Amino acid sequence: MAGQLIPITLTVNGTTCRSEVPPHLTLLEFLRDTLNLTGSKRCCGEGECGACTAIMNGEAVNTCLILAAEADGSDLITVEGLSAMPYGARLQQTFLDQGAVQCGFCTPGMVVAAQYLLMNNPDPTPDEIREGLSGNLCRCTGYARIVEAVMGAAGDE
Amino acid sequence: MSALHYARPESLADAIAILEQYGPGARVLNGGTDLMVRFQKMQVTPEAIVDIKRVRDMSDAIVWDGDSVTIGARVVMTRLIRDERIRRRYPALVDAASTVGSIQIRNRATLAGNICNASPAADTVPPLLVHGATVQLVGSSGSRETPLDGFFLAPGKTARAPDELLVSITIPPHRSPYGAAFGRLTRRHGVDLASINMACAIDAERAVTFAFGAVGPTPITVKDTSGALADHTVSDAQRDAALQALIARTSPISDVRASAAYRSAMLLVIGRRVLAQAQQRRADFDARE
Ligand SMILES: Cc1cc2nc3c(=O)[nH]c(=O)nc-3n(C[C@H](O)[C@H](O)[C@H](O)COP(=O)(O)OP(=O)(O)OC[C@H]3O[C@@H](n4cnc5c(N)ncnc54)[C@H](O)[C@@H]3O)c2cc1C
Ligand code: FES
Ligand code: FES
Repeated sequence: MAGQLIPITLTVNGTTCRSEVPPHLTLLEFLRDTLNLTGSKRCCGEGECGACTAIMNGEAVNTCLILAAEADGSDLITVEGLSAMPYGARLQQTFLDQGAVQCGFCTPGMVVAAQYLLMNNPDPTPDEIREGLSGNLCRCTGYARIVEAVMGAAGDE
Repeated sequence: MSALHYARPESLADAIAILEQYGPGARVLNGGTDLMVRFQKMQVTPEAIVDIKRVRDMSDAIVWDGDSVTIGARVVMTRLIRDERIRRRYPALVDAASTVGSIQIRNRATLAGNICNASPAADTVPPLLVHGATVQLVGSSGSRETPLDGFFLAPGKTARAPDELLVSITIPPHRSPYGAAFGRLTRRHGVDLASINMACAIDAERAVTFAFGAVGPTPITVKDTSGALADHTVSDAQRDAALQALIARTSPISDVRASAAYRSAMLLVIGRRVLAQAQQRRADFDARE
């Protein structure tokens, strides 16, 4: 029996994509393996680490916990589309300036989560930043420089 | 092995027909923050995934009827937490929902999923229990409403039939003064399941209801109608004795998160804290209205 293929249409970083996906394919796998957008990382695959974070219909989500089929009709921003977002380019620069990147595996998810935080709270306190990034794990930096980088990018555009 | 089928019904009738067709082989997909984890670890191998997010006649709204509120099955934690009226009326529920996972998780996770998943540690369940919540279910044999207390049968198991959908959760009105609070114990701050959790509510008649999670196969609800715990006029010794009598009804076990002895000791410590906050909120209740 041929496996089911589900037609999906979604907007990724402003571009409309059409595809047919098997039922078990995750949105993260679709982004990485079908669209070749490998910025979003697969780390834990179970919602713990945030390395796969993208913004779906305006809300930050873990793409490893979403089926590609579920994303039909959605509007998605991945790390590849971040520089076109308010704060995006600034966050990329402040992460570099502050040395908030070591191995870099957490970084794409971290900047997307930071973008989402600043969209909802343009002037966060350090505690609010820690809370806003608490769904993103980093095993290298100890977080201090990440918090400083987000502080640096905050404020009105 | 039969192939997995993904279904995205647009009406309740269609959703129920698919659930009936596949029986226990079907899994309802709501926010997916429980199901997708278990699916990817192959802990569940469904024949059909029934995505309910496009079911038109399944509400994703928070609807007030006087002082009673009905929360649709597709309302996510973030929506609930941001709702001003919910924040004012049900701070214990908001506190519990705010602890679930991370922001990314709360943007997808639903109350209905937290209930149907039936984890003994589900955080939003104790506040819903002390508030006397009911759940509305629709299946092939019609719709029914049942108290949340009694809905949980065992870890991962509820009284929901395989062809039933939980469509909404209702919290009945409470006469003033009323106060409730939520507390939990975790090994670390953020993204951790509770070693124990609990909620406490004190009603107008001074009855105190506690619901405890993660200290038995299902969350449990216990009540003290003596009136002794309703405010802080009671002595510390009497309060602890009354709390211990309630805690004695739990049956904590030892596991990766905590030992049974530690859980028992912490039930009293957190019980005191949660009780004091519920007393305070009850005292402030009229001022808040
Ligand atoms: C990293 C991480 C951290 C977490 N932290 C917490 C935490 O701190 N506290 C906590 O309580 N939980 C936690 N969870 C668990 C989970 O997020 C919650 O239980 C959540 O509320 C589940 O909702 P959902 O909509 O995502 O459910 P889903 O995964 O879609 O569904 C869960 C179960 O309920 C069934 N179901 C869902 N909706 C319905 C319905 N309407 N009718 C019938 N059946 C239905 C599904 O078939 C499935 O079996 C965590 C999960 C992850 C991945
Ligand atoms: S890979 Fe998705 S949260 Fe870790
Ligand atoms: S920089 Fe290595 S995990 Fe964050």
